[in-house]
Amino acid sequence: MSPKLKKTRVLPGFQLSLGYTIFYLSLLVLIPLSMLFFKTATMGFPDFWEAVSSPRTLAAYRVSFSAAFIAAGINVVFGFLVAWVLARYSFPGKKIIDAFVDFPFALPTAVAGIALTTIYAPNGWVGQYLEKFGIQGAYSFLGIVIALTFIGLPFIVRTVQPVLEDLDPEIEEAAACLGANQLQSFMKVIFPILLPPLLTGFTLAFARAIGEYGSVIFIAGNMPMKTEIAPLLIMTKLEQYDIAGATAIASVMLIFSFALLAGTNFLQWLSSKRIGME
Amino acid sequence: MLTPVKSLSAKTTRSTLGRTESGPVKWVLIAIALVFLAFVLLLPLACVLTTALNKGLAVYFKSIQDPNALSAIRLTLLTALVAVPLNMIFGIAASWAIAKFDFRGKNFLLTLIDLPLSVSPVISGMIFVLIFGAQGLLGPGLIEHGIKVLFAPPAIILATIFVTFPMVARELIPVMKAQGSEEEEAAITLGASGFKTFWLVTLPNIKWGLLYGVILCNARAMGEFGAVSVVSGHIRGQTNTLPLHIEILYNEYHFTAAFAAASLLAMLAIVTLIAKSLVEAGMHRQIQLSQSDNGEK
Repeated sequence: MSPKLKKTRVLPGFQLSLGYTIFYLSLLVLIPLSMLFFKTATMGFPDFWEAVSSPRTLAAYRVSFSAAFIAAGINVVFGFLVAWVLARYSFPGKKIIDAFVDFPFALPTAVAGIALTTIYAPNGWVGQYLEKFGIQGAYSFLGIVIALTFIGLPFIVRTVQPVLEDLDPEIEEAAACLGANQLQSFMKVIFPILLPPLLTGFTLAFARAIGEYGSVIFIAGNMPMKTEIAPLLIMTKLEQYDIAGATAIASVMLIFSFALLAGTNFLQWLSSKRIGME
Repeated sequence: MLTPVKSLSAKTTRSTLGRTESGPVKWVLIAIALVFLAFVLLLPLACVLTTALNKGLAVYFKSIQDPNALSAIRLTLLTALVAVPLNMIFGIAASWAIAKFDFRGKNFLLTLIDLPLSVSPVISGMIFVLIFGAQGLLGPGLIEHGIKVLFAPPAIILATIFVTFPMVARELIPVMKAQGSEEEEAAITLGASGFKTFWLVTLPNIKWGLLYGVILCNARAMGEFGAVSVVSGHIRGQTNTLPLHIEILYNEYHFTAAFAAASLLAMLAIVTLIAKSLVEAGMHRQIQLSQSDNGEK
């Protein structure tokens, strides 16, 4: 690569492209989003607090956060396994399976929602067997976790897989030469390298799951206080023309999402720094 | 030309020591992964297709050709046809500014561009209610002039643009960064106009990345549910997109018709995945070609 000289002004179109970028970004993202905070700021603290701290809202937050957390946890375990298998082994049909991992990204959430509900309903393909064990698949908290697991899987696989593929074989060879067995080499050499991407994937899946709506509302049963997720509560308030209440709940969720986004950026910065040091 | 192939074979032959798990362990791990994937991914796909066809092909085609279904398909296509090109133009402008120039606040700009991806779909729709609703910022003025934005196609398109906003830009920026700007600089120095340089030098270099972003953007634009659901008003035959049409049919217990419509979107998802793999292969080929070009120089 040639050294970066003062090349900023050789190419044309800087002002035009940056100007258009900022204009389009402001018009379609920043101004609409700022409306949310503007509306929240004008509603007065007592109203805000009443909307945000009502038992029903707190229950919805609890359902959303705990289901998203559990689903992301399940995906860390199985997503890691899938990434490992795809990155290190070869077997027939691997390319197709690799492409198929992105299916939850490509499938519209409403379609995922009705399909999962049908599968896990008491008379569904899987639901009827769960029923025999007294487990309710669809229309329960478990249903929410199932939908969020489906949604979150690609996030973990796609953050861990490239790191695994780039792993230098020499590291493990060195470990083996120094007498480590495979378990030791995994625990002490490979796993520490994979920890940042696993955490990043977890955060991405978690963040997506908290806001998820389409795939969850069909399978959740939507009982207030029990299986009602926060995005659905926002929707309900909007339909009742309680725009202030909806705004308050939404702004709390949004602040949390931004905190998670900042967290992922920090994690990625951390792991890129680490690679730079090696 | 031989370099990539050589390095590839070197990689496969040397990775034996301490790297391969014993046969049984390997196959057990593969089996668990495949069973998990079949359970989580394949089952829903199979469910959509079998439920859609469980009353036969005649019923299937009848429910797809229902006037409400057709109008939902039309609105979905219209939405994608407006939203995707707009986000594509934005993606090209943003990646040109970000990949080719250095300026302060670049990382902050990148974060802002990615922002819509971390907003819940319901909130993405709601912010347009805050602007265009009857109690919203512009709502009363619009009502006075008889312009309908909310509960009409314009709001559906706006919400879709918001949700898919960064999808072309975030694919294109790394591709353009990796290309560098030497080729463009050469063209400009030799007297080509800015537009000509972009058309003849940049575009051929980024075509795969651009296509990749457009495919992903289109899939999301056609399938978006939450954001569109908030702003659409669910007027049958008028403001229903395909995902909303599915929801209504499903909630009215027209399961076969709901899954028939859903199968269209499931097929769109499969086509998206295939197109994505093909484009990835094309991208890979282009990288290898440019690497071997550099090697010959």
